Amino acid sequence: MLQQPTDTTTEQQVAENTDFEVRSLDAMSVNESRIEHKWYDNLKYMVVGILFGIVFVKAEIVSWFRIQEMFKLQSFHMYGVIGSAVMVGVISVFLIKKFKIKTIDGEEITFHPKTFNKGQIIGGLLFGLGWGITGACPGPLFAQIGTGATAIIVTLLSAIAGTWVYGLLRDKLPH
Amino acid sequence: MNLIELIKQPWPWYVAGPLIGLTVPALLILGNKSFGISSSLRHVCAACMPANIPFFKYDWKKEMWNLFFVAGILVGGFIAAHFLANPEPMVVHPDLVADLANYGITDYSNLVPIQLMNWEALITPRGFVMMVVGGFLVGFGTRYAGGCTSGHAIMGLSTLQWPSLVATICFMIGGFTMVNVILPYILSL
Repeated sequence: MLQQPTDTTTEQQVAENTDFEVRSLDAMSVNESRIEHKWYDNLKYMVVGILFGIVFVKAEIVSWFRIQEMFKLQSFHMYGVIGSAVMVGVISVFLIKKFKIKTIDGEEITFHPKTFNKGQIIGGLLFGLGWGITGACPGPLFAQIGTGATAIIVTLLSAIAGTWVYGLLRDKLPH
Repeated sequence: MNLIELIKQPWPWYVAGPLIGLTVPALLILGNKSFGISSSLRHVCAACMPANIPFFKYDWKKEMWNLFFVAGILVGGFIAAHFLANPEPMVVHPDLVADLANYGITDYSNLVPIQLMNWEALITPRGFVMMVVGGFLVGFGTRYAGGCTSGHAIMGLSTLQWPSLVATICFMIGGFTMVNVILPYILSL
């Protein structure tokens, strides 16, 4: 059921274009579906998230101790997880491109190249330092809270604050 | 050993890794979504406190799927911890156990080191750095880098993008530096 927006005014289009410009610099989804979805359609992503969260906890990927072992080269576990995940990802993307697989709604699957900027180096190093301390990237923070480690809510709120401060200082930072 | 007992054991990397990798095609096929988790933090900022900052002025509702996804991760964590939990303490490398014992960390009953990260520890210098400073670096750094382990290391490398490889290498350099050089001082606080 493809629906073109019919009530879009010029002002809105301009606003949307600026929006796109800001957003396209980032690793977020810029693929806007032309299909009107109801809110509950998002529940399918929640189901994927639940399965993902279970794997996170059961494979101890969200464990601070496993991250310490990884950075002390005391265990192959995390390298195995990330390496095999990337391999499955590469093969999946290759197959999607080769057979032009569409979404379940029949839409084309699109990929957006990431452009290089200094942020990937400076931000990457800063995140790495934080990863070493907290033993968690953003995904595991949510899973840790789910396991009942309520104090990690503070870490998550602090991460949200960090994102906010980045947004505030963005124009002044080297990119 | 029956199936439930098997599931309750810690899952090996060759089971978990491919399942995580399958998240990439699952999100693409379900709705043309690029796998990425740190963006959710930005959407929370945009939804709760945009404060007229251009970086947060966008229609976050279009990215609602991402918030449902991370809410799912939280629920998944709850399910795994309450219904599928391994009753045994974690098995950790003996060198790490010996090392952490020097800092009074001896409890392996939880995935999170509860002696380091808990509500009471928050007001101590060590706990503050571990939770507040660490969290801030995660949020600031991932957004500055334009993605985290999921967006760059998994989604970015899956689509063979070299900027993501640069970012992933920098994540690792930062992590190695922290754990081997800086963290001993933080743990001694």
